[in-house]
Amino acid sequence: MAKLRLFVQVCAAALSNGYIKGFAKGRIYDGPLKQLCVPGLNCYSCPAALGACPIGALQGALGSHSFRTSLYVIGFLVVFGTLMGRFVCGFLCPFGLVQDLLFKIPAVRKIQRLPGEKGLRWLRFVILGLLVILLPLCIIDFTGLGEAWFCKYICPAGTLEGGIPLVLLDSSIRAAAGFLYRWKLVLLVIILIASAVIYRPFCRYICPLGAIYGVFNKVSFFRLSVDSTKCIRCGACAKACKLHINVFENPNSMDCIRCLECSSSCPQNAIKKLAK
Amino acid sequence: MNKKISFYRIILFTAGLSALIWGLYQGGAGEVLKRAARICLECVGIG
Repeated sequence: MAKLRLFVQVCAAALSNGYIKGFAKGRIYDGPLKQLCVPGLNCYSCPAALGACPIGALQGALGSHSFRTSLYVIGFLVVFGTLMGRFVCGFLCPFGLVQDLLFKIPAVRKIQRLPGEKGLRWLRFVILGLLVILLPLCIIDFTGLGEAWFCKYICPAGTLEGGIPLVLLDSSIRAAAGFLYRWKLVLLVIILIASAVIYRPFCRYICPLGAIYGVFNKVSFFRLSVDSTKCIRCGACAKACKLHINVFENPNSMDCIRCLECSSSCPQNAIKKLAK
Repeated sequence: MNKKISFYRIILFTAGLSALIWGLYQGGAGEVLKRAARICLECVGIG
């Protein structure tokens, strides 16, 4: 399952960032495909990005003059959430792939949990409510437009996929890069280093898109189910779970990114993947 | 319990799909394109 997941993740990242010419030109793709959102966190300012990031699009729509347009993005998130839940995080998110690859670095001593883990896991909901919804909606500039607060101050995917390549490729952007760029760079470095030590720290604590999809985990068409007649409560699933979820008690936890390691590790084959 | 969840699932999916279609009809895709087709200075970290 791990190999299949890696293959799907690489394909999804390649599909989301298929405009390789953008790196040569130092420009971003501006064709019709950009009307479509991609399900994972993938910055639309990446020179190779073919689609729009749903979190960027949501902030843009909420901060625009007429927020009727956010119905398109909200509808997209609800449809994907209801279909897959956080399966998107485990299989389709390019920034999730980056974190997964960094966690594979073997020489680094791994940390299982941070102090205050339970509280920290709610941080992504605070970020979603405050930086993605409330501030873009409520604080508007003199032109009547709100800012994309999460993209501006936090998003490491934006720095990695958009900021760094464009600063390297475009001299005018390089000249304009100042404190904010350096702040985002520091944040990105912290998250990347943390990803080698802790499993998916950005997805666990910060990602607002993961927070949205997590809410749908319990009701999504794709979900896990534990067959209580087969389950012997050996704890193999909880041991295999890198996010430390007691799978046999709560198979559809909001924290579960659907990596499906639990299902593969169950000696009784008691964890079923349902897709209906 | 399962029936209740199935009911919510169908309601959510239908509501999401309706919002998506209505949003498309209202020009939501064009609005997204307008934003995504330009370099987002906030994403890059210079805005």
